[in-house]
This record gives sequence, structure tokens and C-alpha cells, in this order.
Amino acid sequence: MIKRKIINNIVLALSTLSALIGLFFLFWILWTLVSKGLDAMSMKIFIYDTAPPGREESGLRNAIVGQLILVGVASAIGIPLGILAGTYLSEYGKNSKFANFIRDISDIMMSAPSIVIGAFVYAILVAPVGHFNGWAGAVALAIMMVPIVLRTTDDMLNLVPQQLREAAYALGAPKYKVIIQIVYRGAKVGVITGILLSIARIAGETAPLLFTSFNNNFFTTNLNEAMPSLTVTMFNFATSPYEDWINLGWAAAFILGVFVLSVNILGRLIIKKRKVK
Amino acid sequence: MQKIVDKSFEYLSKLSAILVLIVLVTIFWVLFEEAKPAIEAFGIDFLTNSKWAPNLEIFGGAPAIFGSVVSTFLAMIIATPIAIGIAIFLTEIAFEKLKTPIGTAIEMLAAIPSIIYGMWGLFYFAPIIREWFGGNGLGLLTAGIVLSIMILPFMAAITRDSMNTTPDILKESAYALGATKWDVIKDVVIPYAKAGIIGSIILALGRAIGETMAVTFVMGNVHKIPDSIVNAATSIPVTLANEFTEADGDLYYASLFYLALILFVISFVVIATAKFYFLRKVRKEI
Repeated sequence: MIKRKIINNIVLALSTLSALIGLFFLFWILWTLVSKGLDAMSMKIFIYDTAPPGREESGLRNAIVGQLILVGVASAIGIPLGILAGTYLSEYGKNSKFANFIRDISDIMMSAPSIVIGAFVYAILVAPVGHFNGWAGAVALAIMMVPIVLRTTDDMLNLVPQQLREAAYALGAPKYKVIIQIVYRGAKVGVITGILLSIARIAGETAPLLFTSFNNNFFTTNLNEAMPSLTVTMFNFATSPYEDWINLGWAAAFILGVFVLSVNILGRLIIKKRKVK
Repeated sequence: MQKIVDKSFEYLSKLSAILVLIVLVTIFWVLFEEAKPAIEAFGIDFLTNSKWAPNLEIFGGAPAIFGSVVSTFLAMIIATPIAIGIAIFLTEIAFEKLKTPIGTAIEMLAAIPSIIYGMWGLFYFAPIIREWFGGNGLGLLTAGIVLSIMILPFMAAITRDSMNTTPDILKESAYALGATKWDVIKDVVIPYAKAGIIGSIILALGRAIGETMAVTFVMGNVHKIPDSIVNAATSIPVTLANEFTEADGDLYYASLFYLALILFVISFVVIATAKFYFLRKVRKEI
């Protein structure tokens, strides 16, 4: 009897310790990110482009703009495709073998190594053209985004009550109108949250960009050229031996971290608010 | 008119769904096509040859495969017990009021981009390893630990979700018979959630083996099977990340694609096993 209690207490203590270890590292990493990042932040970051080490006028403007363009274009490709595919699964395919097969494939794609996707896009969009370009980076990110959006759309549309659809059919509405005007409307909040989270997820991806959009030390909005991004800049700068570049790397990490975490928190708040209702 | 729109909408959405399949098949096909020169030149020996000498046009994947396997293995050994501990803490021990904030905090850890783990590992963790274990701080041990921290929250979150599926009534019956918490965990919760827990561990394994940025910073990128886990090494993603843009010569390029193909096949098998064999019941967002 006493032995059981002792074992019980040991296990409970170990589990609590695990949770503390997890939290310890979370706070350590967050603390590093905030303290190093805030130290490196200044207005210069947003005004100047990346420059050779030792230069006073050096910032991240080109990388921030490049990142926004890449994520924006990736979203423009990935979100509609993901929503349409998810709509097909939820509204047309339902539980058919084919629909479930696509769900499985999409689940596998969701966890596929991002660097392999980068290599794939390199082979189809960079090698044939002969130079790195922004389109390739955006497509690589879009490939990662589609499965995430597909999954949320599928799940969220499923939550819309069947009766709403039936009511609309009874009024003589064709299926596409029912989907667009009734189902989408009912699932709006959930789908938008899923989209937000998918944007946060791809915004932090580096590996698919390394050899697609590559990097560029100049300001550019031309997707046919190599395009800088915060993540690739972070990688190049953090592994360099120059103190000022490393600091810029931390600033990039901070901007990225704040963006990703705040979008995640926002998504959570939206979900929570809906649940309360 | 409406009928045409109706049909086009259906076909458009069906096409988007099929596109997912097309992309997956195309990835396999393109990787294979690009890797072909290397597959023809080195065949299956590529997997066991440990010489990587771009100047001699000799390429062997063994160091990278070895590094991937060992760093992932280390990460799994470290992360699995801690993740299960966290899951037990969150489902059975923590007060109601603590569950949500701690659970959220751990999920936040999962949302941090992996490159930030890598950077933190390089500047804060590698020096500690250097001090404690010798070497220059970069290598399989550091990579394994940073990787374990990165997969920990992911693993803990799905393990918790599978443990949460245990019906309260089963647990309460056990408590009513005088079971301690540990008795309930080991004889009720874990047997009930076993498939989900194993699935989440394998899924985390799939993530870890394909993870690039968290390990690229701290691996050292040396194409040799190291004598010790504190020495610099490489892995498949690290080799790809570091050498892809420098690859000159068709065989070099093809060898990198060979590595990418191997990685894709491994992770495909691992993820498919986890998802379809173990996680069928616990279909949960992550």
C-alpha cells in the first residue's frame, strides 16, 4: 500500500518536472528572442536595406517587403485552391473512397519535409529558367499551404448543420449557391481562422525558400528576380561572423516571432470567442 | 446558365482536390528523374558509401543518412518521456485553472518557427554543450537536443489529445476501487490511448527527420561519419540546405536529389504509418 503511494508520488513528481522543463525552455527561447530582438530593433531596420557588414545604414527593409510579397503571393495561390479542394471534400466527395484518399494524401503533404518541397520547386521552376526567382519561392510556400487550408475548410464546412443546406435547396437554390451563400457564410469564422494559422505557419518557413527565391541584397518587387525574405536573411546573417549582421538576424527573428505568435494568439481568441457564444 | 455555373463550380473544386494528388505524384516523379544520373552511377551502394568528394565526383549518402538517423534517434529518446510526462501532467495532475494556460504555452512553443530554435541553439545551447561535453559544440548531440526541444510541444499536444479521449467513467471506476493516480494512468489511460500515443510519437519522428532549420545551424556540416556524437556531422536536410546552391556538375546535383528522394520516401513511410495505422481514431488538428 505504502509502496504504491510512493511510486504514485514519484511518477506525479516526474510528470510535473517534465512540464516545468517544457515551460523552462519555452521561456528561455522567448526571453532570448525578446531581449536580443528588442536590443537590435530600431527605426533603421525599416528604413534601410541589407548592407555589407560594418555599414551604418543597414536594415531589413528589402527582406521585410520581400517576405510580405512572397507570403502574399503564396496565399493568393494557396488559399483559393485549398478552399476549393476542401469544399469538394466536404460538399461533393463527403465520405467517398476518393475523398478519403485525397484527405490522406493531403495529411501526408502537410507533414512532408519542407526542404524537399524546395528541391522539387527548384527542379521545375528555377532550373528551367536558369535563375532564382520570387515566383518559385511563392509556389513552394503555396504547396505547403494548400493541405492546411484544405483540412480546415473541410472540417469547418462539415460543422455547418445539414438543415441549413436543405432549407436552401427547398427554396430551389442550385448547389453552388447553397455552398457560397449558405455554407461559406456559416463557416466563415472557422475558415478565416484556419487561413490565419496557415499564413503564420508558412511565414516562418525557411527551407523551401533557400533555393527558390534565394536572397537578394537589393530592394525588389519583381517576382522574376531572386527575392529576399526575413527567414533566409536570418539564416545568412546568423551564420556570418559579423556582429552587426548577427544583430540584424536577431531583429529578423524578433519580427518573425512576434508576427507568428500574435497571429496564433489571434486565431485562438477568435475560436474561443465563438465557443463561448 | 445556372446549370453550367453549378457544374463548373463542382468540376473546379474537384480539380483542386485532384491537384493535391497530382502534386504529390509529381514530387516523386521529379525527384526520381533528377536523381536518375546518381542512381545510375552509384545504385544502391549510395546508401552505404561514406565518401562525399565533389571534386572527385564521388558521392555517398551514408554520412548524411547516418546523421539524420542518429540525430532523430537522440531527439526521440529525449523528447518522448518528457512529452508523455507533460501530457500526464496536463490531463491528470494540473488543476483545471492551470491546464489551459500551460497547454496553450506548450502549443505556442510548437508555433515558433524552427529557424528560431536553430538560431537559439547556435548561440545559447552549443556553447553549453561545448563546455560540458567538449568538441566545438556543433554536432549530433546538440542537433539531437535542439530537435527534441522543437518536437516536444508537438508531441506533447497530440499525446495529451489522445489521453483526453479516455472516458471519465473508466477513470472514475478505477478511482472508486482505490486506485492511485499512477494506477489509473498506467492501467486505464495509457492502455486506452496507446494507439494515439504511439501514433503521435511516430508522427513527431516524421517531423524530426525532415526538419531542416533547427539542425542546420548546429550540425557543423562535415561529410564524415563522426567518431563521437559531440563532433560535427551532417544530415540529409543539412546537406541539402548547405550545398544545393553550390552544386556544380550534373552528378553533384543529381546526388543531392538522390538524398532528397531518400528523405521524402522515409518521411512518407513514417508519416503514413503514424496517420493510417495509429491515428485513425484521433483525427485532430495539428
